[in-house]
Amino acid sequence: MKKFKSLSALLLAGIFAFSAVGCGGGESEEAATDTALTNTPGVLVWATNAEFEPYEYREGGEIVGIDAEIAQRIADELGCELEISDMNFDSIVSAIATGKADIGIAGMTVTEDRLMNVNFSDPYVNAGQAIIVAEDSEITGEADLADKTVGVQLGTTGDLYVTENISGVTVERYTKGFEAVQALIQGKIDAVVIDGEPAKAFVASNEGIKLCDDYLTVEEYAIAMNKNNDALLSEVNNILAEMQEDGSLQAIFDKYLNSESSDATADEEVSDEEGSDEEETSADEEAPVSEQADGEDAGSEDASLAAEE
Amino acid sequence: MFDVFIQKLYANFIQDDRYMYIVNGFFTTCKIALVAIVIGLLLGFVIAIIRSSYDMNKDHSKNGLGSILLSLANKICNLYLTIIRGTPVVVQLLIIYFVIFSTVNVNKTFAAICAFGFNSAAYVAEIVRGGIMSIDKGQLEAGRSLGFSYPLTMIFIILPQAIKNVLPALGNEFIVLIKETSVAGYIAIEDLTKGGDIIRSRTYSAFIPLITVACIYLIVVLVLSKLLNILERRLRAGER
Repeated sequence: MKKFKSLSALLLAGIFAFSAVGCGGGESEEAATDTALTNTPGVLVWATNAEFEPYEYREGGEIVGIDAEIAQRIADELGCELEISDMNFDSIVSAIATGKADIGIAGMTVTEDRLMNVNFSDPYVNAGQAIIVAEDSEITGEADLADKTVGVQLGTTGDLYVTENISGVTVERYTKGFEAVQALIQGKIDAVVIDGEPAKAFVASNEGIKLCDDYLTVEEYAIAMNKNNDALLSEVNNILAEMQEDGSLQAIFDKYLNSESSDATADEEVSDEEGSDEEETSADEEAPVSEQADGEDAGSEDASLAAEE
Repeated sequence: MFDVFIQKLYANFIQDDRYMYIVNGFFTTCKIALVAIVIGLLLGFVIAIIRSSYDMNKDHSKNGLGSILLSLANKICNLYLTIIRGTPVVVQLLIIYFVIFSTVNVNKTFAAICAFGFNSAAYVAEIVRGGIMSIDKGQLEAGRSLGFSYPLTMIFIILPQAIKNVLPALGNEFIVLIKETSVAGYIAIEDLTKGGDIIRSRTYSAFIPLITVACIYLIVVLVLSKLLNILERRLRAGER
């Protein structure tokens, strides 16, 4: 019996030692903390919804995009293997809250409701909700959306905003953003409200639709993590700050947003968004850029702005 | 503990009138399922009769226009069954909404009713055909020898007996259909499942909305099977 006890004690000790290692052994010293950072040691499960160009989308079977590169960088820094869990957007927060995933990077806006269920990192970019309409549509902004049929992606801030703030509107909630756009192209709905960057990607790759000039909202994207995991939160914030310092965050945004601004209309929209973002954040270092900004890339501006906060 | 649960109940149902998602979703689900069952039954019976008539008559048929038409109809029905039974209902639903009705702006509920109705018809057809084939050949011969035409024999002698035999299987198909409508949310219909999903996307709590939705489906299915039991018992009342 005694033997048995000591054996089990040894086993327990072994388990503790193993879990203590967690994601340690990475490049950064800080990562080797005394508690496990992730649910499965050595594996960082990244929850996302890979239908959100240019933040995360599929290209040749791989999930790529701004968020994908950030996720990979975080996994590398933590010394973890990155495991992608591609799910419906509305499931991401609950997946993190129940421990099915470690981090949620999905162009996710910080909202109060979400903060009640998950932790958010420092924001890494500013974004807004855009309105997509048919080319010949009379809708020009938020005021025209009243009593119209608007397509959104279930659970996104666009969904929440339109449901609460637009009077008499019929909201059609699709599981995927592109299905809402498809319905718009086929004339089934009057407009689509979706995050700015994917909206530009949709407009650039589809005929017969355009963006409205005015954005519905201005918001910040951040990384979601489990409420009980403060260690991971501070790690991720450190990594984000580091990425900001060495310019790699900027480089990622440049890489994905530059290729898009070859499209003339997309460029215009970018500068519009920039204008509104500028007012909101009022960064002290960057000189304010006017509404009719030049061809300078706005997305990268956004990234730097976000990090300055 | 209890306080937290009450608080969650409040957030999931009362706040912002969220229970209305469930109530409206329930009626949408019922509407889709009921009309789809009717379409499935009508179309299913037609297909079953065509297929079984072809099977029963192919050996000793004259080579007239009628038998050629029947053979053609049988081929079409076979193709229909192959396609419908060979593809998932979600894919059919998406095809009907985004491909077949791509240029016309139809009511989404109508598209869903078509998808589920046509899907159900294929299964009903095979169930009913099984019932018709199970009736002894002597019944048909007896009917014909008494002077009934073939359609009249079918309507007054074969089908009544067949329906009684396939009722349990048909009831099963209805139950499956009701639960299958839960994928209607794919085309942004706010059915019962989607109603629960919308609440879930607002409150981020999984337990209460999902269990509520599950219970409602369960109750609907229980009521339906009870009704079918009663119907079955009534139909068997004339038997010794």
